[in-house]
Amino acid sequence: MSNPMAAEPIAAGQPAEGSTVLTVRDLVTHFPVRGGVVKAVDGVSFTVHRGKTLCIVGESGSGKSVTARSILKIVDAPGRIVSGEILLDRPNGKAVDLAQLNPYGRDIRRIRGKEIAMIFQEPMSSLSPVHTVGDQIIEVLRLHLGMGKKQARERTIDLLRQVEIPNPHIAVDRYTFEFSGGMRQRAMIAMALACNPDVLIADEPTTALDVTTQAEILDLIKRLQEQKGMAVIFITHDMGVVAEIADEVLVMYHGKVVERADVETIFHAAKHDYTRMLIDSVKRLEHKSEVRLKREPIPENRPPVIAVENLSMHFGDLKAVDGVSLSVRPGETLGIVGESGSGKTTMGRCIVRLYEPTGGIINYRRPDGSVIDLVQAKGDDLKAMRQQVRMIFQDPFGSLNPRMTVAQIIGEPLLVNGIARGRELDDEVSRLMQQVGLEPAWRERYPHAFSGGQRQRIGVARAIALKPQVIVADEATSALDVSLRFQVLDLLMRLQDELNLAFIFISHDIGVIRYMCDRVGVMYHGRLVEMGDAEQVCNAPTHDYTKALISAVPRPDPRQRSLASRHRYIDPNS
Amino acid sequence: MTDTTIAAPAVATPAQRLAVASQAQLVWWAFRRHKLAMAGLVITVILYVIALVPGFFAINDPEAQNARTPYHPPEAISIRTPEGQWQWPHFVPERLKRDPDTLAAIYVPDPEHAIPIVLFGHGYEYKLLGLFTTDIHLIASANPREPFYLFGADRLGRCVWSRLIQGAQISMSVGLVGVALSLIIGIVLGGISGYYGGRTDFVIQRVIEFVLALPSIPIWLALAAALPQGWPATYQYMMITVILSLTGWAQLARVVRGRFLALKTDEFVAAAKLDGCSEKRIIFRHMLPSFASHIIASITLAIPAMILAETALSFLGLGLQPPTISWGVLLREAQNIRSIATAPWLFAPGIAVVLAVMALNLLGDGLRDAADPYNK
Repeated sequence: MSNPMAAEPIAAGQPAEGSTVLTVRDLVTHFPVRGGVVKAVDGVSFTVHRGKTLCIVGESGSGKSVTARSILKIVDAPGRIVSGEILLDRPNGKAVDLAQLNPYGRDIRRIRGKEIAMIFQEPMSSLSPVHTVGDQIIEVLRLHLGMGKKQARERTIDLLRQVEIPNPHIAVDRYTFEFSGGMRQRAMIAMALACNPDVLIADEPTTALDVTTQAEILDLIKRLQEQKGMAVIFITHDMGVVAEIADEVLVMYHGKVVERADVETIFHAAKHDYTRMLIDSVKRLEHKSEVRLKREPIPENRPPVIAVENLSMHFGDLKAVDGVSLSVRPGETLGIVGESGSGKTTMGRCIVRLYEPTGGIINYRRPDGSVIDLVQAKGDDLKAMRQQVRMIFQDPFGSLNPRMTVAQIIGEPLLVNGIARGRELDDEVSRLMQQVGLEPAWRERYPHAFSGGQRQRIGVARAIALKPQVIVADEATSALDVSLRFQVLDLLMRLQDELNLAFIFISHDIGVIRYMCDRVGVMYHGRLVEMGDAEQVCNAPTHDYTKALISAVPRPDPRQRSLASRHRYIDPNS
Repeated sequence: MTDTTIAAPAVATPAQRLAVASQAQLVWWAFRRHKLAMAGLVITVILYVIALVPGFFAINDPEAQNARTPYHPPEAISIRTPEGQWQWPHFVPERLKRDPDTLAAIYVPDPEHAIPIVLFGHGYEYKLLGLFTTDIHLIASANPREPFYLFGADRLGRCVWSRLIQGAQISMSVGLVGVALSLIIGIVLGGISGYYGGRTDFVIQRVIEFVLALPSIPIWLALAAALPQGWPATYQYMMITVILSLTGWAQLARVVRGRFLALKTDEFVAAAKLDGCSEKRIIFRHMLPSFASHIIASITLAIPAMILAETALSFLGLGLQPPTISWGVLLREAQNIRSIATAPWLFAPGIAVVLAVMALNLLGDGLRDAADPYNK
């Protein structure tokens, strides 16, 4: 490295759009573990072109993040690049093989942030909480471009303006915790763009964000890419996002590339079964499930099993749930959709009385026809109510006690309520496991021996063990990969028909709601802004917020890119 | 890369076994991979076996004084004669002589009368586990009139090895009893603080902060000095452990409270509540097993602190008093410069303290790392 890279002028001799900037050939990254190695990346090759977006898509554990980290040589220990080339083509016509560079050396440090920048998934933990946003960006500018303090500050304010942070001259002195998730991600992007990198690697940058914020961030990345002509490597598990932004797509599975093609081919003429499965599982969420389309509509006059009136849950001044009224009938699925902070989870927890609501009525109709207010239920009534209204949790890892066997977990509600014990309990647990599609022979295993999808089935079995009337499912499929999501959704619908269950299905995912639910309520800032038939709410919403929410969901078809023309909602109260 | 850490034990053990492995088994598998911790475990077990039956491992009566052997140097176990021939393990006795010029006391080896060492031989009488009297020892001198001093003798001609072994009983058990006391106070107060929260939590936390702010050594000194000198040894011993645990419980209470708070928000605890479990069942069936391993690790790390505290107190002369034998009491013999010059083997109890504390710390570190096999 004899030529001083830091002094290169940015504007001089800008190479043509579409020329190759990064070539990865047969990249292999291993993680040595006791008794073997995990081949996280196993012979991956691709090229990245200036001004184009390459999407790397795959489910958890496919090696997509490790691929990205290998490029910048920031693979977590003990992982290391075993073989392969990572060629970075410089604007001056020279190329450097990043795979050969010392990960702690000066050469790679000059490339990181200057020529190749990266945005991470979690905007809270990837920015320092003890420095102001401005200081963090100024540091990049001073390190890589050798700018003076004043000049760097001017440029930082300019960058913040480019990423559309309001009042950039004030925001520059703010700390990250004073920003919302979307704003933090914008600041992160400003930092990544500070030195006009040739390549921007975005590792699931929108996964932790709400759909409306996601749409804005995707928009921003696209626009900045057009302005600056940089190449983007975008890592995601969401086929909708891929369809929206990709030029080229790389599908990864178990560390290997299963398919590599332009976005049109991937979505309309995919060759590999795995790619087709990924796309199908997203496309199926575009419509209501066939099982539900075929079913007779639930009679209008069937009395609701749960009728919530004016439910409120205030934490001090914060009105998490503010006067929500809804009802659900036996056999019906009521979807509750909303973004983070909308109060949907709090409402679900109020219904099962994990929280004590501060106001309102939750009328529950027992199978014998008598009605009881769950908010006031105490003692034996509360105990009986907890057998009838059950919950399925979001986190398939945290919701199962790791110190108990599957049989103990599923049998716990039966045991503590004195319904079954001994041999009878054992038989009942086996029957429940079969019902949710688990092998009864596995009942002596501990939760750690199961995959995410199987764990969620265990959670379902526990919920139906007491033959409940109502199940509140809080983001029951959010933590699962798309291929598993369907299996759990289909299982829930089958059980609903078998047991005549009423579901209150809480999710942030419009697709899941559309697939599964009969009616949908949309929550925003603790209030229910729209309620209606699922088809109608998802396809022809009336409230402005719902319109914004639905139009922000990326469609899994590159021919129908719609984010640019999406509806924007401005809260009249804010 | 959570997948790789979870997969790690899977490679080492058949998946079938892993699937049905309980928490204790997972902890043990994770612990076994920790070489230093395993060494710590082995040493700790040996030390506690010694502390249980010190008489068996001692050679000479630790109380017995011998006017003919003050500052007797250590004698090695030899398996060769001076002529280089193999011989049953024996030792060469040393005789107290006067240097004809300086008149200083010197020890001269007497290779003519090499004395064999007997395994499971007879020596002084002691009570095994406080139950029955015996005189069998692991090793003994073949000739009861010629005592064997493996680690030498002190000012009064008492066998340092035997006193060291006898001291292990008190020193190692002070840690256990003291920690047991702190544990009871710590779990009760920490548990109440963590589970109920609010005002109760506030009061208990301020008390803990107060206790932690007390300078421990002056407090121990003051309390220990207040003990009546005339009390019997067992009373003194009990009071010392109480004094040590009075300040030791605060750390444990914090650990317990922290675990309680972390677990309270876990979804499986919410699930247990919705399953209809009583409060008692939630705490004892669902929450306690989840942090039992953490508590065991904290205890293991608290024991060495107790051992050091006892040693420090006794060394300063305010803990246990002779004739009670503990490592701290023994180290008092090594307080002056003369003993360093003439009898460096009097420091042996210091080495024993280092060994015990190191072993327990390594064990505790290993346990802490292995304690939670699920969240890494």
